[in-house]
Amino acid sequence: MTTIVEQETPAVIKSHVFSQGTWQKILAFASLIALMAVFSIASENFLQRDNIIGILQATAVNGVLAVAATFVIITGGIDLSVGTLMTFCAVIAGVVLTYWGLPMPVGIVAAIAAGAVCGSISGTIIAKMKVPPFIATLGMMMLLKGLALVISGTRPIYFNDTPNFSMISQESLIGAILPVLPIPNGVLILFVVAIASSIVLTRTALGRYTFALGSNEEAVRLSGVNTDFWKIIVYTVAGAICGIAGLIIASRLNSAQPALGQGYELDAIAAVVIGGTSLSGGRGTILGTIIGALIISVLTNGLRILSVAQEWQTVVTGVIIILAVYADILRRKGQG
Amino acid sequence: MSPLVTIRNLDKAFPGVQALKQARFELLPGEVHALMGENGAGKSTLMKILAGIYTKDTGEIHIEGVPVDIPSPRAAQDLGISIIHQELNLMNDLTAAQNIFIGREPKRAFGLVLDEEALNRNAATIFERMHLRLDPRVEVGKLTVAKQQMVEIAKALSFRSKVLIMDEPTAALNNAEIAELFRIIRQLKAEGVGIVYISHKMDELKEISDRVTVMRDGEYVGTVPTISTSVDTIISMMVGRSLTETKTEVRDLPQHEVVLEVKNLRRGSAIRDVSFSVRKGEILGFAGLMGAGRTEVARAIFGADPLDGGEIVVRGRPVRIRSPRDAVRLGIGYLSEDRKRFGLATGMDVASNIVMPCLNRFLSLRTFLRLRAIRETSRSYIKQLRIKTPSETQETRLLSGGNQQKIVIAKWLARDCEILFFDEPTRGIDVGAKNEIYKLLNALAAQGRAIVMISSELPEILRMSHRIAVMCEGRLTGELPAEGTTQEDIMRLATQRRSVTDAGAGAAAKG
Repeated sequence: MTTIVEQETPAVIKSHVFSQGTWQKILAFASLIALMAVFSIASENFLQRDNIIGILQATAVNGVLAVAATFVIITGGIDLSVGTLMTFCAVIAGVVLTYWGLPMPVGIVAAIAAGAVCGSISGTIIAKMKVPPFIATLGMMMLLKGLALVISGTRPIYFNDTPNFSMISQESLIGAILPVLPIPNGVLILFVVAIASSIVLTRTALGRYTFALGSNEEAVRLSGVNTDFWKIIVYTVAGAICGIAGLIIASRLNSAQPALGQGYELDAIAAVVIGGTSLSGGRGTILGTIIGALIISVLTNGLRILSVAQEWQTVVTGVIIILAVYADILRRKGQG
Repeated sequence: MSPLVTIRNLDKAFPGVQALKQARFELLPGEVHALMGENGAGKSTLMKILAGIYTKDTGEIHIEGVPVDIPSPRAAQDLGISIIHQELNLMNDLTAAQNIFIGREPKRAFGLVLDEEALNRNAATIFERMHLRLDPRVEVGKLTVAKQQMVEIAKALSFRSKVLIMDEPTAALNNAEIAELFRIIRQLKAEGVGIVYISHKMDELKEISDRVTVMRDGEYVGTVPTISTSVDTIISMMVGRSLTETKTEVRDLPQHEVVLEVKNLRRGSAIRDVSFSVRKGEILGFAGLMGAGRTEVARAIFGADPLDGGEIVVRGRPVRIRSPRDAVRLGIGYLSEDRKRFGLATGMDVASNIVMPCLNRFLSLRTFLRLRAIRETSRSYIKQLRIKTPSETQETRLLSGGNQQKIVIAKWLARDCEILFFDEPTRGIDVGAKNEIYKLLNALAAQGRAIVMISSELPEILRMSHRIAVMCEGRLTGELPAEGTTQEDIMRLATQRRSVTDAGAGAAAKG
């Protein structure tokens, strides 16, 4: 702020009190706290350590998928294939480890690589063939769902020959060091993925171009940037992250369930949107997405503790999504 | 004969601009009245007020002698006034008849069912009246631009319009289509319809109009009968303003190296055989009316749009430019006339925009952004170009047009481009900021950069350029030295159409 050359206009000062993104984070975070307060008053079981860890555990998969979706949505695109891609990657891990009997690190690498390859295919279809992201990833979603069933022979693949596989999400590395905090590894992976993604988005060229693509792709292209290349990279990164989600869910179920996956993309997109990322692109944060994913888990968990029927839980989640986006629209209108 | 339309003492202000000052206009029944003036003279604003798109601040409008208020396009329609915009407003997936009667479809069965038969019959009746052979059931998107325009005219007639306003109706038409349009205009004229015809094309006006009203800087200059007035008289009425600004001293720079040479550039009808060159340290002004093809030339050289043919030579080396990325690598920058659409990522901050074309220079390990270096570089440009912003983290959409323009300039300076295309660099910028942009352009040229400045403002062209290239309808109609050239000289070339100018264009290409 030392380079102010001349007196700034009042309008400029006003909009500067809360910088972009600050408001949406405050709003989402406040809703999360409010929800937790309501549930802890309603039920004393809610704030129990085991219940909180259960909530975190339940957030792991959706949180990682939502991080993947955040990258794509910031570019102004959408990825409907994150759920079935996750399942596809889990099946790939099953094939490599159980059918072929290869060592665990190979399976891990294979799952993540499969995610990256599928993501780069989506990205290429969108960037080079100019197919709208909605259609391209809708196609990929169905294609991958089918492939997962074909490869697995429509049967779950169990990881019984790889006993260490369950460690990926079940055991607690933190608990081994700090016994009071038995946070499962799946949650640890979520946080590592989130922090790494946050650094990528805010501190690297890839992150800068991700926002720039969503903000004004044509202006970026006219700046001499290879927009097609960067778009493909974004979808590739998102795909690799889906591969990580595939490992977490396979580890937790100790099996690759080929029929699973569809529907997860909507939960992921819901988390992103509740977290304040704009579906029209150009703005969004990983922190917001994580808070969004937590809001969904807290809601599901809290309503279950209060013995609200499952079908009503879904109704409430739907209402929350609409309210969250409406609040964001109101905020932006107020900003002018 | 009492006039159809009389407009007196009309004022209209937009934020920061007085668009119309005591404007006047009169239209008789059965008259084709041409409305002329440079870009920004207020023609379109005046007609949009008549068509109810804008509302006047003060002044009187009389329709057939009765004072009226026209608060909305709907009110204008009810008064029998229709406007046909330069950009047609048709729904491409509906048929011609559906377009004509949109919102007023004939219905059957107690108004529950659309009467498609009556719809097509009514449309056919109108086409017949125009002596136009067109199937009412054809999808509008499948028609040529000329036929689409006919559909618009038919739509206007379906409102029983007495006043028809046409804004540059021939901009996208070929000669045969223009002849067809003129036939229909003459026929409407014979039926007593009054037609306001906005155009820049002198030969067309000579052919079709009865009277010409000239506007300049939002004011009424005069109305003259077309037959007895020479083209030169009309042009001098249009540009009549005396040049108050001092002209920069313009040196010829023949000793300087040619950095960009363009030969026989072609693309469809937008760019027709354009050749020119720019020297180091030179500002080449690109004059012409809107739609003359200047932006198209700049975008094509920059690789933003494809070319059918032609040769581009940068610093003596023939090059192929397939994308903006290739152009930027060769040190060519393009500053679009539409900053918000093509120049800035408006949702991002000042610093991000400035380093956008050269982000590679600000990476460590080819991955991580060197945030401090980005901050320092953008601050130095904010200081150097005197960009008014609270900080480099301000979102660019919150800044004024002049400051946004400076950010776009900073972008290309940071990339160190030697050849810069400025497309309407001062559009939408207030007077004070304009002067700063001018100074900046002069400084850039003095540093040895080659600049191509596209501008529709003649005083700006005359003030800034070392040489002036003039375009009309995709062709380069001439090249003028800045010394001794007048606005009239430029306007003559800018309105020169093919039929009149074959010889002149050939001579100019050699210059």
